[in-house]
Amino acid sequence: MLLELKSRLQVESCEEYLSRLYEKIEKSELYGFTTLAKESALEQAKQFDKNHGKGILAGVPIAIKECISTNGIETNCSSKILRGYIPPYDAHVIEQLKAEGAIIMGKTNMDEFAMGSSTETSCFGPTKNPWDRSCVPGGSSGGSAAVVAGGEAPCALGSDTGGSVRCPASFCGIVGLKPTYGLVSRYGLVAYANSLEQIGPLTHTVEDTALLMQVIAGHDERDSTSARGQDCSYLSGLQNGVAGLKIGIPKEYFGEGVNKDVEKAVWEAIHKLESLGASWQEVSLPHTRYALAAYYVIAMSEASSNLARFDGLRYGLREGEDKDWHTTFSAIRAKGFGPEVKRRIILGTYALSAGYYGRYYLKALQVRTLIKEDFLRAFKQVDILASPTMPIPAFRIGERINDPLSLYMADVFTVPINLAGVPAVSVPCGFSGRLPIGLQLMGPHFGEATVLRTAAAFEAATPFHEAVPEVI
Amino acid sequence: MTNAWDDMITREDVEHISWLASIKIEDDEKDGLVANFNTILEYFHQLDEVDTEGVKPTYRVVDLANIFREDAAYESLSQEQALENAPRKENGYFRSPRIV
Repeated sequence: MLLELKSRLQVESCEEYLSRLYEKIEKSELYGFTTLAKESALEQAKQFDKNHGKGILAGVPIAIKECISTNGIETNCSSKILRGYIPPYDAHVIEQLKAEGAIIMGKTNMDEFAMGSSTETSCFGPTKNPWDRSCVPGGSSGGSAAVVAGGEAPCALGSDTGGSVRCPASFCGIVGLKPTYGLVSRYGLVAYANSLEQIGPLTHTVEDTALLMQVIAGHDERDSTSARGQDCSYLSGLQNGVAGLKIGIPKEYFGEGVNKDVEKAVWEAIHKLESLGASWQEVSLPHTRYALAAYYVIAMSEASSNLARFDGLRYGLREGEDKDWHTTFSAIRAKGFGPEVKRRIILGTYALSAGYYGRYYLKALQVRTLIKEDFLRAFKQVDILASPTMPIPAFRIGERINDPLSLYMADVFTVPINLAGVPAVSVPCGFSGRLPIGLQLMGPHFGEATVLRTAAAFEAATPFHEAVPEVI
Repeated sequence: MTNAWDDMITREDVEHISWLASIKIEDDEKDGLVANFNTILEYFHQLDEVDTEGVKPTYRVVDLANIFREDAAYESLSQEQALENAPRKENGYFRSPRIV
Protein backbone atom coordinates (compact mmCIF):
# COMPACT_ATOMS: atom_id res chain seq x y z
CA MET A 1 0.00 0.00 0.00
CA LEU A 2 2.57 2.61 1.06
CA LEU A 3 5.03 1.66 -1.68
CA GLU A 4 2.16 1.92 -4.21
CA LEU A 5 1.17 5.26 -2.74
CA LYS A 6 4.75 6.43 -3.09
CA SER A 7 4.82 5.59 -6.78
CA ARG A 8 1.43 7.26 -7.26
CA LEU A 9 2.79 10.39 -5.60
CA GLN A 10 5.60 10.46 -8.15
CA VAL A 11 3.02 11.33 -10.84
CA GLU A 12 0.04 12.70 -8.90
CA SER A 13 -0.11 15.78 -6.69
CA CYS A 14 0.48 15.07 -3.02
CA GLU A 15 -1.29 18.29 -2.09
CA GLU A 16 -4.46 17.15 -3.88
CA TYR A 17 -4.26 13.69 -2.35
CA LEU A 18 -3.86 15.15 1.12
CA SER A 19 -6.66 17.71 0.56
CA ARG A 20 -9.00 14.83 -0.34
CA LEU A 21 -8.07 13.06 2.90
CA TYR A 22 -8.78 16.21 4.93
CA GLU A 23 -12.13 16.69 3.16
CA LYS A 24 -13.04 13.16 4.15
CA ILE A 25 -11.87 13.70 7.73
CA GLU A 26 -13.86 16.91 8.10
CA LYS A 27 -17.04 15.08 7.07
CA SER A 28 -16.19 11.93 9.01
CA GLU A 29 -18.37 10.53 11.76
CA LEU A 30 -15.72 8.18 13.11
CA TYR A 31 -14.19 10.80 15.44
CA GLY A 32 -10.77 9.25 14.98
CA PHE A 33 -8.80 12.48 14.65
CA THR A 34 -8.72 14.91 17.56
CA THR A 35 -6.21 17.57 16.40
CA LEU A 36 -5.47 18.32 12.75
CA ALA A 37 -2.21 19.82 11.50
CA LYS A 38 -3.82 20.68 8.17
CA GLU A 39 -1.92 23.87 7.40
CA SER A 40 1.58 22.55 8.03
CA ALA A 41 0.78 19.23 6.36
CA LEU A 42 -0.57 20.85 3.17
CA GLU A 43 2.41 23.18 3.08
CA GLN A 44 4.72 20.19 3.35
CA ALA A 45 2.78 18.43 0.58
CA LYS A 46 3.19 21.49 -1.63
CA GLN A 47 6.94 21.42 -1.01
CA PHE A 48 6.99 17.71 -1.81
CA ASP A 49 5.22 18.35 -5.14
CA LYS A 50 8.02 20.80 -6.04
CA ASN A 51 10.84 18.58 -4.91
CA HIS A 52 10.16 14.92 -4.13
CA GLY A 53 13.21 14.27 -1.98
CA LYS A 54 14.71 10.88 -1.25
CA GLY A 55 13.25 9.85 2.12
CA ILE A 56 11.87 6.33 2.62
CA LEU A 57 8.49 7.90 3.41
CA ALA A 58 8.74 11.00 1.23
CA GLY A 59 5.25 12.49 0.79
CA VAL A 60 3.53 9.79 2.88
CA PRO A 61 0.94 11.23 5.30
CA ILE A 62 0.73 9.64 8.74
CA ALA A 63 -1.61 9.99 11.75
CA ILE A 64 -0.10 10.08 15.25
CA LYS A 65 -1.62 9.02 18.58
CA GLU A 66 -2.31 11.84 21.02
CA CYS A 67 0.34 10.64 23.51
CA ILE A 68 3.34 10.99 21.14
CA SER A 69 4.96 14.44 21.39
CA THR A 70 4.85 16.55 18.22
CA ASN A 71 6.63 19.88 18.13
CA GLY A 72 4.06 22.65 17.66
CA ILE A 73 1.06 20.27 17.52
CA GLU A 74 -1.11 19.80 20.60
CA THR A 75 -0.41 16.55 22.47
CA ASN A 76 -3.03 15.98 25.13
CA CYS A 77 -3.34 12.22 25.73
CA SER A 78 -7.10 12.76 25.26
CA SER A 79 -7.16 14.15 28.80
CA LYS A 80 -8.66 17.38 30.11
CA ILE A 81 -5.57 17.86 32.26
CA LEU A 82 -3.35 18.27 29.17
CA ARG A 83 -5.69 20.17 26.84
CA GLY A 84 -3.79 22.96 25.12
CA TYR A 85 -0.32 21.51 25.80
CA ILE A 86 1.92 22.11 22.78
CA PRO A 87 5.24 20.28 23.06
CA PRO A 88 8.35 22.33 22.25
CA TYR A 89 10.06 19.21 20.90
CA ASP A 90 9.46 16.07 18.81
CA ALA A 91 9.47 12.50 20.06
CA HIS A 92 12.31 10.39 18.63
CA VAL A 93 9.90 8.55 16.30
CA ILE A 94 8.58 11.88 14.95
CA GLU A 95 12.12 13.08 14.25
CA GLN A 96 12.75 9.83 12.36
CA LEU A 97 9.50 10.10 10.36
CA LYS A 98 10.24 13.71 9.42
CA ALA A 99 13.81 12.88 8.45
CA GLU A 100 12.41 10.34 5.97
CA GLY A 101 9.92 12.84 4.52
CA ALA A 102 6.67 11.67 6.15
CA ILE A 103 3.91 14.27 6.62
CA ILE A 104 2.29 14.51 10.07
CA MET A 105 -1.47 14.85 9.43
CA GLY A 106 -2.62 15.32 13.00
CA LYS A 107 -3.32 13.51 16.23
CA THR A 108 -5.70 10.67 16.95
CA ASN A 109 -8.08 9.84 19.75
CA MET A 110 -7.17 7.39 22.51
CA ASP A 111 -8.31 6.19 25.88
CA GLU A 112 -7.29 8.88 28.36
CA PHE A 113 -3.56 8.37 29.03
CA ALA A 114 -3.86 5.04 27.15
CA MET A 115 -5.88 3.53 29.99
CA GLY A 116 -8.52 1.41 28.32
CA SER A 117 -9.32 -1.02 25.52
CA SER A 118 -12.16 0.84 23.82
CA THR A 119 -11.20 4.55 23.35
CA GLU A 120 -14.28 5.37 25.43
CA THR A 121 -12.36 6.97 28.32
CA SER A 122 -11.16 9.84 26.07
CA CYS A 123 -12.17 13.34 27.17
CA PHE A 124 -13.33 13.86 23.56
CA GLY A 125 -15.78 10.94 23.68
CA PRO A 126 -15.52 7.60 21.88
CA THR A 127 -14.19 6.91 18.38
CA LYS A 128 -16.46 4.70 16.26
CA ASN A 129 -15.51 1.40 14.66
CA PRO A 130 -15.58 1.88 10.85
CA TRP A 131 -17.04 -1.63 10.39
CA ASP A 132 -19.98 -0.94 12.70
CA ARG A 133 -20.38 2.49 14.19
CA SER A 134 -22.29 1.22 17.19
CA CYS A 135 -19.13 -0.65 18.22
CA VAL A 136 -15.84 0.46 19.79
CA PRO A 137 -12.69 0.52 17.63
CA GLY A 138 -10.70 -1.08 20.45
CA GLY A 139 -8.07 0.78 22.41
CA SER A 140 -6.23 2.53 23.54
CA SER A 141 -4.95 3.50 20.05
CA GLY A 142 -8.54 3.40 18.73
CA GLY A 143 -8.30 6.67 16.82
CA SER A 144 -5.16 5.56 14.96
CA ALA A 145 -6.76 2.23 13.98
CA ALA A 146 -10.09 3.77 12.95
CA VAL A 147 -8.56 6.43 10.68
CA VAL A 148 -6.43 3.82 8.89
CA ALA A 149 -9.29 1.29 8.54
CA GLY A 150 -11.70 4.08 7.58
CA GLY A 151 -9.43 5.36 4.78
CA GLU A 152 -8.69 8.73 6.41
CA ALA A 153 -4.94 8.16 6.73
CA PRO A 154 -2.72 5.62 4.94
CA CYS A 155 -0.89 4.66 8.14
CA ALA A 156 -0.57 5.64 11.80
CA LEU A 157 1.47 5.25 14.96
CA GLY A 158 0.03 4.05 18.23
CA SER A 159 1.48 2.88 21.52
CA ASP A 160 1.02 -0.49 23.19
CA THR A 161 1.26 -0.88 26.98
CA GLY A 162 -0.97 -3.95 27.33
CA GLY A 163 -2.38 -4.43 23.84
CA SER A 164 -3.17 -0.86 22.82
CA VAL A 165 -1.89 -1.27 19.23
CA ARG A 166 -2.94 -4.90 18.70
CA CYS A 167 -6.45 -4.66 20.18
CA PRO A 168 -7.64 -1.83 17.89
CA ALA A 169 -5.81 -3.41 14.93
CA SER A 170 -7.79 -6.60 15.60
CA PHE A 171 -11.14 -4.80 16.10
CA CYS A 172 -10.65 -2.63 12.98
CA GLY A 173 -9.24 -5.31 10.65
CA ILE A 174 -5.75 -3.91 10.10
CA VAL A 175 -2.14 -4.78 10.98
CA GLY A 176 -0.62 -3.61 14.27
CA LEU A 177 2.78 -4.42 15.79
CA LYS A 178 3.99 -4.20 19.40
CA PRO A 179 7.78 -4.26 19.01
CA THR A 180 10.23 -5.87 21.42
CA TYR A 181 10.70 -3.70 24.53
CA GLY A 182 13.61 -1.34 23.84
CA LEU A 183 13.52 -1.57 20.03
CA VAL A 184 11.73 1.77 19.50
CA SER A 185 12.78 4.77 21.57
CA ARG A 186 10.18 6.03 24.06
CA TYR A 187 11.71 9.52 24.07
CA GLY A 188 8.75 11.88 23.74
CA LEU A 189 6.10 9.25 24.44
CA VAL A 190 4.05 10.50 27.40
CA ALA A 191 4.67 7.78 29.99
CA TYR A 192 1.87 5.63 31.42
CA ALA A 193 3.68 2.42 32.44
CA ASN A 194 7.21 2.73 31.16
CA SER A 195 8.46 -0.81 31.80
CA LEU A 196 5.72 -2.15 29.51
CA GLU A 197 5.11 0.27 26.66
CA GLN A 198 6.36 0.55 23.10
CA ILE A 199 5.36 2.68 20.13
CA GLY A 200 4.18 0.64 17.13
CA PRO A 201 2.72 1.04 13.61
CA LEU A 202 -0.90 0.53 12.51
CA THR A 203 -1.15 -0.14 8.76
CA HIS A 204 -3.13 -1.90 6.02
CA THR A 205 -0.40 -4.42 5.20
CA VAL A 206 2.49 -6.24 6.87
CA GLU A 207 4.87 -4.69 4.37
CA ASP A 208 3.78 -1.21 5.49
CA THR A 209 4.43 -2.14 9.12
CA ALA A 210 7.91 -3.41 8.15
CA LEU A 211 8.54 -0.17 6.27
CA LEU A 212 7.51 2.02 9.23
CA MET A 213 9.59 -0.11 11.59
CA GLN A 214 12.69 0.46 9.44
CA VAL A 215 12.14 4.17 10.04
CA ILE A 216 11.20 4.28 13.74
CA ALA A 217 13.28 1.42 15.25
CA GLY A 218 16.88 1.81 16.33
CA HIS A 219 19.05 3.09 19.14
CA ASP A 220 18.43 6.46 20.82
CA GLU A 221 20.53 7.44 23.80
CA ARG A 222 17.75 9.64 25.22
CA ASP A 223 15.87 6.46 26.18
CA SER A 224 18.01 4.58 28.70
CA THR A 225 16.18 1.32 27.86
CA SER A 226 16.92 1.66 24.15
CA ALA A 227 18.52 -1.46 22.63
CA ARG A 228 21.76 -1.31 20.67
CA GLY A 229 23.00 -3.09 17.59
CA GLN A 230 19.71 -4.40 16.19
CA ASP A 231 19.36 -5.03 12.46
CA CYS A 232 16.10 -3.32 11.54
CA SER A 233 15.98 -4.06 7.79
CA TYR A 234 12.70 -5.96 8.04
CA LEU A 235 11.64 -5.53 4.41
CA SER A 236 14.40 -7.66 2.93
CA GLY A 237 13.36 -11.05 4.36
CA LEU A 238 9.62 -10.42 4.27
CA GLN A 239 8.85 -12.67 1.29
CA ASN A 240 10.91 -15.66 2.47
CA GLY A 241 7.86 -17.72 3.43
CA VAL A 242 7.23 -20.11 6.32
CA ALA A 243 8.59 -23.44 5.01
CA GLY A 244 9.98 -25.34 8.00
CA LEU A 245 8.73 -22.79 10.53
CA LYS A 246 7.65 -24.28 13.87
CA ILE A 247 4.51 -22.67 15.29
CA GLY A 248 3.51 -23.15 18.94
CA ILE A 249 -0.15 -23.02 19.90
CA PRO A 250 -0.39 -21.98 23.57
CA LYS A 251 -3.26 -24.09 24.90
CA GLU A 252 -4.12 -21.48 27.55
CA TYR A 253 -5.12 -19.04 24.76
CA PHE A 254 -8.00 -21.17 23.50
CA GLY A 255 -11.21 -22.55 24.94
CA GLU A 256 -13.22 -20.97 27.73
CA GLY A 257 -14.04 -17.31 27.22
CA VAL A 258 -13.02 -17.27 23.55
CA ASN A 259 -15.77 -16.42 21.06
CA LYS A 260 -16.49 -19.39 18.74
CA ASP A 261 -16.07 -17.35 15.52
CA VAL A 262 -12.72 -16.07 16.80
CA GLU A 263 -11.50 -19.55 17.69
CA LYS A 264 -12.58 -20.94 14.32
CA ALA A 265 -10.93 -18.12 12.33
CA VAL A 266 -7.66 -18.50 14.25
CA TRP A 267 -7.55 -22.28 13.74
CA GLU A 268 -8.21 -21.77 10.03
CA ALA A 269 -5.29 -19.34 10.00
CA ILE A 270 -3.03 -21.92 11.67
CA HIS A 271 -4.06 -24.51 9.09
CA LYS A 272 -3.41 -22.00 6.34
CA LEU A 273 0.13 -21.49 7.64
CA GLU A 274 0.50 -25.29 7.79
CA SER A 275 -0.51 -25.54 4.12
CA LEU A 276 2.24 -23.01 3.37
CA GLY A 277 4.91 -25.30 4.84
CA ALA A 278 4.91 -24.51 8.57
CA SER A 279 4.23 -27.10 11.26
CA TRP A 280 2.42 -26.59 14.54
CA GLN A 281 2.44 -28.15 17.98
CA GLU A 282 0.67 -27.42 21.23
CA VAL A 283 2.74 -25.66 23.90
CA SER A 284 1.94 -24.44 27.39
CA LEU A 285 2.43 -21.01 28.97
CA PRO A 286 1.31 -22.15 32.43
CA HIS A 287 1.24 -18.75 34.16
CA THR A 288 -1.06 -17.13 31.60
CA ARG A 289 -4.02 -17.00 33.99
CA TYR A 290 -2.08 -14.75 36.35
CA ALA A 291 -0.88 -12.32 33.68
CA LEU A 292 -3.86 -10.00 33.81
CA ALA A 293 -3.64 -9.44 37.56
CA ALA A 294 0.15 -8.99 37.45
CA TYR A 295 -0.16 -6.61 34.52
CA TYR A 296 -2.74 -4.38 36.16
CA VAL A 297 -0.85 -4.20 39.46
CA ILE A 298 2.36 -3.17 37.63
CA ALA A 299 0.66 -0.80 35.19
CA MET A 300 -1.33 0.96 37.91
CA SER A 301 1.71 1.25 40.17
CA GLU A 302 3.84 2.77 37.42
CA ALA A 303 0.95 5.05 36.41
CA SER A 304 0.57 6.39 39.93
CA SER A 305 4.19 7.47 39.84
CA ASN A 306 4.31 8.70 36.22
CA LEU A 307 1.13 10.73 36.44
CA ALA A 308 2.25 12.53 39.59
CA ARG A 309 3.81 15.12 37.26
CA PHE A 310 0.42 16.47 36.18
CA ASP A 311 -0.14 19.24 38.68
CA GLY A 312 -0.87 22.26 36.50
CA LEU A 313 2.46 23.87 37.32
CA ARG A 314 4.53 23.47 34.14
CA TYR A 315 1.71 22.64 31.71
CA GLY A 316 -1.95 21.74 31.57
CA LEU A 317 -5.04 22.60 33.54
CA ARG A 318 -4.83 25.23 36.28
CA GLU A 319 -8.00 26.82 37.55
CA GLY A 320 -9.31 28.70 40.53
CA GLU A 321 -7.50 30.62 43.21
CA ASP A 322 -4.26 29.10 44.49
CA LYS A 323 -4.60 27.77 48.02
CA ASP A 324 -1.96 25.65 49.78
CA TRP A 325 0.07 23.26 47.59
CA HIS A 326 -1.83 20.05 48.34
CA THR A 327 -5.35 21.53 48.19
CA THR A 328 -4.62 23.29 44.91
CA PHE A 329 -3.13 20.30 43.14
CA SER A 330 -5.66 17.80 44.50
CA ALA A 331 -8.47 19.96 43.10
CA ILE A 332 -6.77 20.34 39.69
CA ARG A 333 -6.15 16.60 39.45
CA ALA A 334 -9.73 15.82 40.51
CA LYS A 335 -11.03 18.03 37.73
CA GLY A 336 -8.47 17.14 35.04
CA PHE A 337 -8.43 13.33 35.23
CA GLY A 338 -11.34 11.13 34.17
CA PRO A 339 -12.75 8.30 36.34
CA GLU A 340 -10.61 5.44 34.93
CA VAL A 341 -7.37 7.40 35.27
CA LYS A 342 -8.24 8.33 38.87
CA ARG A 343 -9.10 4.72 39.62
CA ARG A 344 -5.73 3.51 38.33
CA ILE A 345 -3.69 6.23 40.03
CA ILE A 346 -5.39 5.66 43.38
CA LEU A 347 -5.16 1.85 43.18
CA GLY A 348 -1.53 2.11 42.08
CA THR A 349 -0.81 4.40 45.01
CA TYR A 350 -2.39 1.80 47.29
CA ALA A 351 -0.34 -1.05 45.78
CA LEU A 352 2.88 0.90 46.38
CA SER A 353 1.97 2.15 49.85
CA ALA A 354 3.68 1.03 53.04
CA GLY A 355 2.52 -2.43 54.09
CA TYR A 356 1.16 -3.42 50.67
CA TYR A 357 4.24 -3.05 48.44
CA GLY A 358 5.37 -6.64 48.95
CA ARG A 359 1.91 -8.10 48.72
CA TYR A 360 0.95 -6.48 45.41
CA TYR A 361 3.79 -4.79 43.52
CA LEU A 362 6.67 -7.09 44.40
CA LYS A 363 4.47 -10.17 44.02
CA ALA A 364 3.38 -8.96 40.56
CA LEU A 365 7.01 -8.44 39.53
CA GLN A 366 7.86 -11.99 40.62
CA VAL A 367 4.91 -13.36 38.64
CA ARG A 368 6.19 -11.28 35.73
CA THR A 369 9.45 -13.24 35.89
CA LEU A 370 7.52 -16.54 35.71
CA ILE A 371 5.50 -15.29 32.72
CA LYS A 372 8.65 -14.20 30.92
CA GLU A 373 10.21 -17.60 31.63
CA ASP A 374 7.11 -19.32 30.15
CA PHE A 375 7.80 -17.52 26.88
CA LEU A 376 11.56 -18.19 26.92
CA ARG A 377 10.87 -21.89 27.49
CA ALA A 378 8.30 -22.01 24.65
CA PHE A 379 10.72 -20.33 22.23
CA LYS A 380 13.23 -23.13 22.83
CA GLN A 381 10.71 -25.51 21.22
CA VAL A 382 9.13 -23.33 18.54
CA ASP A 383 9.95 -20.28 16.39
CA ILE A 384 6.71 -18.41 16.87
CA LEU A 385 3.45 -18.58 18.84
CA ALA A 386 -0.04 -18.07 17.38
CA SER A 387 -3.29 -17.17 19.16
CA PRO A 388 -6.30 -14.90 18.91
CA THR A 389 -5.34 -11.25 19.52
CA MET A 390 -8.60 -10.61 21.35
CA PRO A 391 -10.94 -13.29 22.75
CA ILE A 392 -13.93 -11.44 21.24
CA PRO A 393 -14.77 -9.19 18.29
CA ALA A 394 -15.46 -5.48 18.92
CA PHE A 395 -18.14 -4.91 21.55
CA ARG A 396 -20.79 -2.20 21.61
CA ILE A 397 -20.05 1.34 22.76
CA GLY A 398 -21.22 1.62 26.37
CA GLU A 399 -21.47 -2.14 26.90
CA ARG A 400 -18.54 -2.53 29.30
CA ILE A 401 -17.53 0.94 30.37
CA ASN A 402 -19.30 0.81 33.74
CA ASP A 403 -17.71 -2.50 34.69
CA PRO A 404 -13.93 -1.92 34.77
CA LEU A 405 -13.06 -5.54 35.48
CA SER A 406 -14.96 -6.82 32.41
CA LEU A 407 -13.01 -4.31 30.29
CA TYR A 408 -9.70 -5.48 31.80
CA MET A 409 -10.63 -9.11 30.97
CA ALA A 410 -10.63 -8.31 27.24
CA ASP A 411 -6.83 -7.83 27.45
CA VAL A 412 -6.16 -11.39 28.57
CA PHE A 413 -4.12 -12.44 25.47
CA THR A 414 -2.33 -9.14 24.88
CA VAL A 415 -0.90 -8.24 28.31
CA PRO A 416 1.39 -11.30 28.73
CA ILE A 417 3.39 -10.06 25.71
CA ASN A 418 4.13 -6.70 27.36
CA LEU A 419 5.07 -8.41 30.63
CA ALA A 420 7.54 -10.61 28.74
CA GLY A 421 8.73 -7.76 26.51
CA VAL A 422 8.49 -9.90 23.35
CA PRO A 423 7.15 -8.67 19.98
CA ALA A 424 3.67 -9.51 18.66
CA VAL A 425 1.69 -8.53 15.60
CA SER A 426 -2.05 -8.67 14.97
CA VAL A 427 -3.11 -9.46 11.38
CA PRO A 428 -6.68 -9.73 10.02
CA CYS A 429 -7.78 -13.38 9.78
CA GLY A 430 -11.55 -13.35 9.29
CA PHE A 431 -14.87 -11.92 10.36
CA SER A 432 -17.58 -12.52 12.93
CA GLY A 433 -20.61 -11.14 11.11
CA ARG A 434 -19.17 -7.92 9.74
CA LEU A 435 -16.66 -7.41 12.58
CA PRO A 436 -13.00 -8.25 11.91
CA ILE A 437 -10.98 -10.87 13.83
CA GLY A 438 -7.23 -10.65 14.49
CA LEU A 439 -4.57 -13.38 14.56
CA GLN A 440 -1.76 -12.69 17.04
CA LEU A 441 1.75 -13.89 16.13
CA MET A 442 4.35 -13.66 18.90
CA GLY A 443 8.10 -14.04 18.59
CA PRO A 444 11.15 -14.14 20.87
CA HIS A 445 12.92 -10.92 21.93
CA PHE A 446 14.05 -9.06 18.79
CA GLY A 447 12.34 -11.70 16.63
CA GLU A 448 10.46 -9.06 14.58
CA ALA A 449 11.85 -10.41 11.30
CA THR A 450 10.29 -13.86 11.91
CA VAL A 451 7.02 -12.42 13.22
CA LEU A 452 6.63 -10.13 10.19
CA ARG A 453 7.73 -12.80 7.69
CA THR A 454 5.06 -15.20 9.05
CA ALA A 455 2.43 -12.46 9.00
CA ALA A 456 3.39 -11.54 5.42
CA ALA A 457 3.12 -15.17 4.26
CA PHE A 458 -0.33 -15.46 5.83
CA GLU A 459 -1.44 -12.16 4.35
CA ALA A 460 -0.25 -13.10 0.86
CA ALA A 461 -2.34 -16.30 1.02
CA THR A 462 -5.56 -14.74 2.35
CA PRO A 463 -7.93 -11.92 1.27
CA PHE A 464 -8.76 -10.40 4.68
CA HIS A 465 -6.47 -7.37 4.50
CA GLU A 466 -8.15 -6.29 1.25
CA ALA A 467 -11.62 -5.99 2.79
CA VAL A 468 -12.82 -2.43 3.38
CA PRO A 469 -15.71 -1.37 5.60
CA GLU A 470 -18.92 -0.64 3.65
CA VAL A 471 -19.62 2.56 5.52
CA ILE A 472 -16.78 4.35 3.80
CA MET B 1 -1.68 -17.41 53.83
CA THR B 2 -4.09 -14.51 54.15
CA ASN B 3 -7.41 -14.44 52.35
CA ALA B 4 -9.00 -11.72 50.23
CA TRP B 5 -11.06 -10.34 53.08
CA ASP B 6 -8.11 -9.40 55.29
CA ASP B 7 -7.66 -6.08 53.61
CA MET B 8 -11.06 -5.03 52.33
CA ILE B 9 -10.92 -1.36 51.44
CA THR B 10 -13.09 0.98 53.49
CA ARG B 11 -14.31 4.55 52.94
CA GLU B 12 -11.53 5.74 55.26
CA ASP B 13 -8.94 3.89 53.16
CA VAL B 14 -10.23 5.54 49.99
CA GLU B 15 -10.00 8.95 51.66
CA HIS B 16 -6.45 8.28 52.85
CA ILE B 17 -5.13 6.83 49.58
CA SER B 18 -6.68 9.54 47.43
CA TRP B 19 -5.03 12.08 49.72
CA LEU B 20 -1.68 10.31 49.16
CA ALA B 21 -2.38 10.36 45.40
CA SER B 22 -3.28 14.08 45.54
CA ILE B 23 -6.71 13.58 44.01
CA LYS B 24 -9.65 15.19 45.76
CA ILE B 25 -12.58 12.80 46.07
CA GLU B 26 -16.14 14.04 46.61
CA ASP B 27 -18.33 12.37 49.24
CA ASP B 28 -20.74 11.00 46.66
CA GLU B 29 -17.90 9.26 44.77
CA LYS B 30 -16.59 7.33 47.75
CA ASP B 31 -19.00 4.39 47.93
CA GLY B 32 -18.58 3.72 44.20
CA LEU B 33 -14.80 3.69 44.56
CA VAL B 34 -14.93 1.39 47.58
CA ALA B 35 -16.99 -1.11 45.57
CA ASN B 36 -14.78 -0.81 42.45
CA PHE B 37 -11.57 -1.18 44.42
CA ASN B 38 -12.72 -4.24 46.35
CA THR B 39 -13.81 -6.00 43.15
CA ILE B 40 -10.50 -5.27 41.46
CA LEU B 41 -8.38 -6.13 44.52
CA GLU B 42 -10.23 -9.39 44.97
CA TYR B 43 -9.24 -10.24 41.41
CA PHE B 44 -5.61 -9.28 42.16
CA HIS B 45 -5.58 -11.77 45.03
CA GLN B 46 -5.34 -14.57 42.43
CA LEU B 47 -1.63 -13.77 42.60
CA ASP B 48 -1.57 -15.24 46.11
CA GLU B 49 -1.95 -18.71 44.55
CA VAL B 50 1.40 -18.47 42.75
CA ASP B 51 4.42 -19.89 44.54
CA THR B 52 7.05 -17.18 44.14
CA GLU B 53 9.44 -18.42 46.81
CA GLY B 54 12.95 -17.52 45.62
CA VAL B 55 11.73 -15.96 42.33
CA LYS B 56 13.50 -12.73 41.44
CA PRO B 57 11.32 -9.74 40.51
CA THR B 58 11.55 -8.45 36.92
CA TYR B 59 11.88 -4.67 36.92
CA ARG B 60 13.08 -4.52 33.33
CA VAL B 61 12.63 -7.19 30.67
CA VAL B 62 15.79 -6.36 28.78
CA ASP B 63 19.02 -6.74 30.66
CA LEU B 64 20.40 -3.26 30.46
CA ALA B 65 21.90 -1.56 33.48
CA ASN B 66 23.90 1.56 34.17
CA ILE B 67 23.71 3.16 30.75
CA PHE B 68 26.00 6.17 30.73
CA ARG B 69 26.34 8.95 28.25
CA GLU B 70 29.31 11.14 27.64
CA ASP B 71 29.60 13.84 30.30
CA ALA B 72 29.12 16.69 27.87
CA ALA B 73 26.74 19.62 27.58
CA TYR B 74 23.91 19.24 25.07
CA GLU B 75 21.48 21.75 23.71
CA SER B 76 18.28 21.87 25.71
CA LEU B 77 15.06 23.89 25.87
CA SER B 78 15.42 27.62 26.30
CA GLN B 79 13.86 29.25 29.35
CA GLU B 80 11.19 30.68 27.09
CA GLN B 81 10.34 27.28 25.61
CA ALA B 82 10.27 25.66 29.03
CA LEU B 83 7.80 28.26 30.26
CA GLU B 84 5.68 28.32 27.09
CA ASN B 85 3.05 25.92 28.41
CA ALA B 86 2.98 27.12 32.02
CA PRO B 87 -0.50 28.38 32.92
CA ARG B 88 0.89 30.72 35.61
CA LYS B 89 4.33 32.29 35.47
CA GLU B 90 6.08 35.35 36.80
CA ASN B 91 9.45 36.95 35.97
CA GLY B 92 10.69 33.90 34.09
CA TYR B 93 9.62 31.42 36.78
CA PHE B 94 6.77 28.95 37.21
CA ARG B 95 4.32 30.35 39.76
CA SER B 96 3.35 27.75 42.31
CA PRO B 97 0.90 27.82 45.19
CA ARG B 98 2.29 28.51 48.70
CA ILE B 99 4.30 25.64 50.03
CA VAL B 100 4.56 26.68 53.68
